[in-house]
Parts: sequence; structure tokens; C-alpha cells
Amino acid sequence: MIEVHTTDSSLSIRCASDTFEVRNSLLALVEDMEDRAFLPEETGTVELVLAEVLNNIAEHAYEDKGDGRIELDMAYAPGSVSFDLRDFGKPMPEGKTPLGELANLDVPIEDLPEGGFGWFLIGELAKDMVYERLENANHLRFRMTVGAPA
Amino acid sequence: MDLSTKDRPGLRIVKVHDSRIDAAVAIQFKDKMRDVTQDGPKRVILDLSDVTFIDSSGLGAVVAAMKLLHGAHILELAGLTPVVAKVFKLTRMESVFKIHDSVGSVLARMAS
Repeated sequence: MIEVHTTDSSLSIRCASDTFEVRNSLLALVEDMEDRAFLPEETGTVELVLAEVLNNIAEHAYEDKGDGRIELDMAYAPGSVSFDLRDFGKPMPEGKTPLGELANLDVPIEDLPEGGFGWFLIGELAKDMVYERLENANHLRFRMTVGAPA
Repeated sequence: MDLSTKDRPGLRIVKVHDSRIDAAVAIQFKDKMRDVTQDGPKRVILDLSDVTFIDSSGLGAVVAAMKLLHGAHILELAGLTPVVAKVFKLTRMESVFKIHDSVGSVLARMAS
């Protein structure tokens, strides 16, 4: 079961590193942004970035084990939303977030990439990404620009 | 993950009856695509008009389905909703797939 807590200017979610808990967390985030009257496309973009970040934690930090704890704090400010995520799994490779470069698509169909899009999308859509390994936890902070709620 | 099919001359339309193609269903999607296109027409249109969200795992599964079908079938896409279209555009996958506005526009072009 995910835990969701909201205030006037924040949303906190605690969930396990399981694909369905991740999905339910994203649905809770979308519902919260809809309640705050963000435009559907902005909400969709935030959902996409958080999907990539949460799935990355589930697949890599917790190696698909499904029972790792993920903590997400989201703060709403005029013109932007900021995120602070923590997990207690494996650190990022070489202590930093992947570069997320797009593979060459000018190749025969059978050679097209089926992965490696996640960090590219995060890099395109998120700003001011900071990653730190503190004690046994991964801390990831970033910001996304969004219009003021209508 | 619920897929339905509908055949038109020389064409099979596969519709996704789920609002999400995400990490939770990506593998299932790829397997079902193989099942529902087997022994069907060469040209396959994937109708994504009910899909409001796709993540990189879902995108990878659509690419994987295209590769799996390649040779026996040609996979084209139709009905991309805004967030889905954004993912295809940002990753430049829109240049890899033939993308139609809607299944209706494909059928209208065949009828004319």
C-alpha cells in the first residue's frame, strides 16, 4: 500500500519498488496535480519524468526486488515543481546519474534500440538534477518548470 | 493488457484497450502483440487512441513489437494522444514509425 500525504504546497508519497506501487504512486501524483488545476499536458510531462525516475530506482537501485522503500517529496512553487527522492538501494554507477544519450536511430529495424530512453527523457525534461549518496541512501533532487495553476 | 483486432482488406487494426503502456505491462504488451498479429495481414495498424500514458519501458515494448513483427508484418501507429506523441517526438522515434492521425484517416485514404 502506498502512503500519500498532501499539504497546500506539497505532496509526499511512500511506496515500495514494485511496478504496480510505482503506477499507483504516479496515479496519486496525477490526481494531486489535477486537483491543483494544472494543464493535462504539464501533468503528463511530470508523470513521465517521475515514471522514469521511479522505475529506474525499482529496476536498478533495488534490482527489481519489489520491496525496497521509495520516498518522494514534491513541492509546488509558482512556475515550478521540485522533487526530492530517496531510496536505500544500490548507488548510481560511478556515483552519478547516467548521461542519457540517444542511440543512433538511422539503423536497420532489427538494430533499433529498445531501451536507454529513460535517462534521455529525464535529461530533456528535468532541470537542476543533483544526485548524492548519503550514508546508505540515494538522494535525487530536481525541478521541472510548469505554468502557474489556472 | 487488453488488445482487440479488426481486419480490413490487407490490413489488421490492433487496438489497445488500456490507458497505459508502462513498465508494469511492457512485456505483456509485446507478447500479446505477437499473438494477435500471427497469421494476419502484412500491414498492422496499432491504434493507440485510448492510451494516454507511455513510459520508456512502454516505448521500448512498441519498438520490440515492431522488430518482432518485422519481415512478416509492417507495424504502423495511429491515434497518438498528446503525452504519447511527446515521448515519440522527444526520442525521435516518430521518424522510425509511420504515424497516422487516426485509424479513421487510414481507412478513409484506402476508400478514396
